[in-house]
Amino acid sequence: MAQKPQQQQQQNVAYTVEQLVAVNPYNPDILPDLENYVNEQVSSQTYSLNANLCLLRLYQFEPERMSTQIVARILVKALMAMPAPDFSLCLFLIPERVQMEEQFKTLIVLSHYLETGRFRQFWDEAAKSRHIVEAVPGFEQAIQAYAIHVLSLTYQKLPRTVLAEAINIEGLSLDKFLEQQVANSGWILEKSHGKGQLIVLPQNEFNNPELKKNAADKVVPLEHITRIFPILG
Amino acid sequence: MASNYDYEDAPAGYEDQRRQDLGYDPNFVPDSVKSFVVHLYRHIREKNVYEIHQMYENSFQTLSDRLFKDTPWPSVDAVAHYVDNDHVFCLLYREMWFRHLYARLSPTLQQRIDSWDNYCSLFQVVLHGVVNMQLPNQWLWDMVDEFVYQFQSFCQYRAKMKNKTEQEIALLRQYDQAWNVYGVLNFLQALMEKSNIIQILEQEKEGLEQFTATDGYDYNGGSNVLKVLGYFSMVGLLRVHCLLGDYHTGLKCLLPIDITQQGVYTSVIGSHIATIYHYGFANLMLRRYVEAIREFNKILLYIYKTKQYHQKSPQYEQILKKNEQMYALLAICLSLCPQVKLVDDTVNSQLREKYGEKMSRMQRYDDEAFAIYDELFSYACPKFITPSAPSFEEPLVNYNQDAYRLQLKLFLYEVKQQQLLSGVRTFLKVYSTISLGKLASYMEVDEPTLRTILLTYKHKTHAVDSDGRIISNADVDFYIDDDMIHVVESKPVKRYGDYFLRQIVKLEGVINDMDRVKLE
Repeated sequence: MAQKPQQQQQQNVAYTVEQLVAVNPYNPDILPDLENYVNEQVSSQTYSLNANLCLLRLYQFEPERMSTQIVARILVKALMAMPAPDFSLCLFLIPERVQMEEQFKTLIVLSHYLETGRFRQFWDEAAKSRHIVEAVPGFEQAIQAYAIHVLSLTYQKLPRTVLAEAINIEGLSLDKFLEQQVANSGWILEKSHGKGQLIVLPQNEFNNPELKKNAADKVVPLEHITRIFPILG
Repeated sequence: MASNYDYEDAPAGYEDQRRQDLGYDPNFVPDSVKSFVVHLYRHIREKNVYEIHQMYENSFQTLSDRLFKDTPWPSVDAVAHYVDNDHVFCLLYREMWFRHLYARLSPTLQQRIDSWDNYCSLFQVVLHGVVNMQLPNQWLWDMVDEFVYQFQSFCQYRAKMKNKTEQEIALLRQYDQAWNVYGVLNFLQALMEKSNIIQILEQEKEGLEQFTATDGYDYNGGSNVLKVLGYFSMVGLLRVHCLLGDYHTGLKCLLPIDITQQGVYTSVIGSHIATIYHYGFANLMLRRYVEAIREFNKILLYIYKTKQYHQKSPQYEQILKKNEQMYALLAICLSLCPQVKLVDDTVNSQLREKYGEKMSRMQRYDDEAFAIYDELFSYACPKFITPSAPSFEEPLVNYNQDAYRLQLKLFLYEVKQQQLLSGVRTFLKVYSTISLGKLASYMEVDEPTLRTILLTYKHKTHAVDSDGRIISNADVDFYIDDDMIHVVESKPVKRYGDYFLRQIVKLEGVINDMDRVKLE
């Protein structure tokens, strides 16, 4: 399977705010809770798109209560959720004049590089804007996971240099990283003729579309079967 | 007046003449209107849904065309004593009164505020469960639809601050709760929750409850009003969220309704269209093109086959307009994701007729192509709103276009990110394998750039669905093995299982119908 660089594994934290959002999504009083929750997501490396959209919505209803610092954090977290379209989902709710601010322009450029597979430019730009992205722990790893995701959709085998550029790891650190991937994620390293190392990524239905057909053909979802329950009964 | 004739037989000229002589007198109730309210009131009390529907759909329109082309209906106070001053009936009458006013005349600010008050009273009565009527789905849908429409209309009106009079500004400040976005959303949410509609739909799946099978009507003496309003409120919430640019939340609101199946939402053409239009649009904005194409295709085919039956309906023009808009959205989707196989031949030939030439120009991704994307999007998108109140400080500026401009800009940004993909697609289609170097030289880019374009292709053609799963939207797919590209033309997966299940259900229906036939 292609790796999904989500922050899913930690989603079941802080149930109370999630519940607030579910029960009371259109209540201006929960705004401070939602802001605290954004900070909590940053420090505990968790993520809730629903809560963050809810907050952006409240800002949209009452622009005078908007904190651009919180908005910036939400956007960085949304970048980290790539390949999900969360970053655009957030931008749809942020007024254009706010998007004109320098820190948001930078984030939009970063998003553009990620959306168009230009990792070299992305890492260069991110290096220039450390103050924005380093404020959010786990940022690099999340983007690396996205890079590996999109590479896994695309390649069966790729040159080491292409990988190095995409995840911004080189030399010995890259050797170490590869070692881990070989041990844990089924990667295989090959020598190619005169071009240095080749990396064989595990096959999935996207980098080997043959795999998909068999799977989709034979499965009938339960919901479809339920339609004939009354008849069977 | 001499005789107490029925409203349908009224001689056309007489009342018209009288009205024109006097100008609009809100207290003047023509006999035909008196007869209308008396009959409608009686049918409502007798829970005669068929007759209510006839009067609501036909008589109301006929009378409006004949007597109230450019004036409002008589005021509620003037008709109240014909209907025992029935509180709920008067609220319903006013709801129609305002709807007629919005459709034919332009409402004043005071009227907008009054209409909001009327919706508040009406929904509160419904939410407190004291309504025991049975109203046609068409009417209940129209209420939700109109409620959202008037909200949208109010936001547009309020955002045009430049030419507001001092008096209007004073009113806006004074009645800042009127059409407040929290109020609007919370009414829809409350209707949905109080009606327990989500649980009802869940239980129906297990056969414990009937809702869809009876089109939401209650044949055990109860009322359908809260339940069906709650149901349509989910569509209302989808629409409001789309107007706000919150597509993710909008789709979430619609989740309890399974749009792959028929449902109460398909029982009213306006609701059917509004649901699919917003569902498709939201999916387009989320880059789930295949999903959008599939649903647009289905509804456009449905409209094509059934529109003749709606020719006389007051919604006919609206149906045609949404039809055209959805063709434009389909043209956008197919230009970004050319999965023509998903589109029925009839729909496709209509599409080619309307947009064939534009679509071929959209493939070129030059300035002219962007201009067409811009044009089609602007024509077909919802009327986006800014929900917040203006700052009343000078200078007063118009901001009614802000929300639309933002959505348009972000959409065009997305199109630009995809501009090189159609070039790749063209080459991939004619090769089964091609080396990176060769493709790079054909596309006149260097190899590293080609790699980024191919990554972009993969990323943009693989959407993430609501469960976080990766869904391929690619018509042509490929993979790279070292420096060789292998092309895989994706064939649509045939879902035999689903097909057979549908046929089983159909057969069962036919057998049931046959069983019901009694041979004399």
